[in-house]
Amino acid sequence: MTSPDAILPSKHLLGIDGLSPANIIALLDLADTYVGQGRGADKKTALLKGRTLINLFFEASTRTQSSFELAGKRLGADVMNMSVKTSSVSKGETLLDTASTLNAMRPDILVVRHQDAGAAELLSRKLDCSVINAGDGAHEHPTQALLDALTIRRHRGSFEGLVVAICGDVLHSRVARSNLRLLSMMGARVRLVAPRTLLPCDADRFGVEIYTDMKQGLAGVDIVMMLRLQLERMAGAFVPSAREYFRFYGLDREKLAYAKPGALVMHPGPMNRGVEIASDIADDVLVSLISEQVEMGVAIRMAILDALARGLARDETESRGMT
Amino acid sequence: MITSRGSRIAFKNARLIDPASGLDAKGGLLVENGRIADVGPRLFNDAEPHDPEVVDCRGLVLAPGLIDCRVFTGEPGAEHRESLESASAAAAAGGVTSIIVMPNTDPVIDEPSLVDFILRRAAATAKVHVLPCAALTKGLAGETMTEIGLLKEAGAIAFSDGDRSVANARVFRRALAYAATFDALVLSHTEDPELVKGASATEGEFATRLGLPAGPAIAEAMMVERDIRLVELTGARLHFAQISTGAALDAIAAAKARGLPVTCGVAAHHLTLNELDVGAYYTFRKVRPPLRSEADRAAMAEGVASGVIDVIVSSHEPQGADTKRQPFASAAAGTVGLETLLPAALTLLHDGRASLSQVLGAMTATPARIFGLTQNGVAAGRLAKGAPADLVLLDEDEPFVVDAEKLSSRARNTAFDGRKFSGRAQKTYVGGKCVFERSR
Repeated sequence: MTSPDAILPSKHLLGIDGLSPANIIALLDLADTYVGQGRGADKKTALLKGRTLINLFFEASTRTQSSFELAGKRLGADVMNMSVKTSSVSKGETLLDTASTLNAMRPDILVVRHQDAGAAELLSRKLDCSVINAGDGAHEHPTQALLDALTIRRHRGSFEGLVVAICGDVLHSRVARSNLRLLSMMGARVRLVAPRTLLPCDADRFGVEIYTDMKQGLAGVDIVMMLRLQLERMAGAFVPSAREYFRFYGLDREKLAYAKPGALVMHPGPMNRGVEIASDIADDVLVSLISEQVEMGVAIRMAILDALARGLARDETESRGMT
Repeated sequence: MITSRGSRIAFKNARLIDPASGLDAKGGLLVENGRIADVGPRLFNDAEPHDPEVVDCRGLVLAPGLIDCRVFTGEPGAEHRESLESASAAAAAGGVTSIIVMPNTDPVIDEPSLVDFILRRAAATAKVHVLPCAALTKGLAGETMTEIGLLKEAGAIAFSDGDRSVANARVFRRALAYAATFDALVLSHTEDPELVKGASATEGEFATRLGLPAGPAIAEAMMVERDIRLVELTGARLHFAQISTGAALDAIAAAKARGLPVTCGVAAHHLTLNELDVGAYYTFRKVRPPLRSEADRAAMAEGVASGVIDVIVSSHEPQGADTKRQPFASAAAGTVGLETLLPAALTLLHDGRASLSQVLGAMTATPARIFGLTQNGVAAGRLAKGAPADLVLLDEDEPFVVDAEKLSSRARNTAFDGRKFSGRAQKTYVGGKCVFERSR
């Protein structure tokens, strides 16, 4: 049940797919206010007082999990972290058994990361609470794309006409999929830059330009978005070695020089320095937005929690009205 | 063997369809001692038959009972999913009178004593004929061939590693050559295992959007082409259990044109569903090989119409809630299909792609010929004097909606829940005995 003033179209945030440009603008506007709150001395409000937020992470994550934890706490929610090592999933329990157990604990919001595409969607169908997808397989990672959008907008003002190159392991990347959905929707032009082994099948049907030569791919771009290459994919399976990858697809000064002057560099983290990005670029405050992305991550997640909590409150009022 | 001794049943006012002889006419059929004693357009047309049991078919189609050449059950080892008994009940409800069961059980059917076990359990519990397919390699490991001669003597109807491909060409070549020595039929599953490792969908735009691990469709044609070369080398009879791509179809058409002893089947779901039907990670539509593009689905329908595809199978594969209620990539593959085989196949008739006789032929006379199904020297799968009275009475136009909760199968993992079909079995007879009658 959604009303016209709702920021999000449903009680869940499962992907960028399903959001409209208006939803995204509204979320970014709300997040801007939380950036200010995060920089003040009193970072806390009681907006989510009494609400329970559960972080359910089947894959290890430091930054996304702590970002959600901090966002929840700053809004006054009680936050519980469940990681796969401490859950009974490793004892053979199915995802849905875990879901019904969690459901019985009556959380208000569940943040889930899972190695399989569609896991968040599956949980959203079986749980009563709001579900936020914090990454499902190679499908979507909407909060990352939204925090990237917030970061970009604060530097460039809008997305219209921006040229963004997403570089690296696009094949396995949910970050790339969510970002290309969001950026295309908002009017940016997206390029994918990767060797053929790391490009998904039929990537050209997504309205993006494909480059296998990084220098050509970076020519004239406004934003360079680097992706993490997981270590196990470097040893001959998808690329022959880390040093060959860095030579052709690692972001260094020489390749960055092909981008538009003043181009900005982003990375969702954690970085493999010397594999996909040179340290001097990662640490260059004039071009690298990497630390800022982390700050924006907390702000956008506060905005998402806020938006979902407003929906929850509205639903509860409506259901009381009906009885 | 299921027979009904001493009984006589007269079917009148039937539309007799016998794909083997091309018969499609109004007429009657007489069953005596579990066999077809007489059949013909004029039988019972004038006089009322004076028999103890008369079945007025009211113009419905009377055809040979269906033969489903690819059925997985859970017996032995996973009876909670499906036993031979529950699979046979599902078969009967689908108009299927013979099922060829795959050896992918626990333990694997790779020993003569286990073939014997299946036959005994079937005789004791099943309503329809159960024909065991034995493993081609021990433990389905793809390394050592099984005792093909002894297994055949024990009653194995064919040899296959079920839903596994024998990746090693040397092993498969030897198994084919050895099988040819005994004129044994080999069934192969054709997906290059390394190319599709970890895949749960067909590579393409849709899988990319969903972020699913995917394998290229050509993994199938590659194995088909390899196997065709090995057939050429060994002279073995090879049946491609279920193909799903136009490229594999083309390769088989070319091999048939060269006179090679190859045949192939298609699963009902590959005739009726495409990759987009996975929708929002609908795991009941996760099958192996995975659902393909619409172009490949259309090619499969065309393949049945042109006759390059010989048989239509259900590829019935029961799964429990524990294995299906998982995220898509982790969920087990497979759909139950015995009760939807005929309705799904009939879509070819209703789409104007094939005649009723063609559709039924792909599930009766043709599989009987490929698998050499006979009873007392008379070929099964046909309406002929002396043939076993395995019959289905069907209404090819009756509209209905598939309801998973109403399936006879123990497992309810149908890919077709909620799907509208036209045409299904009304009554099923095995050896002259009624094993299923649809309640009104």
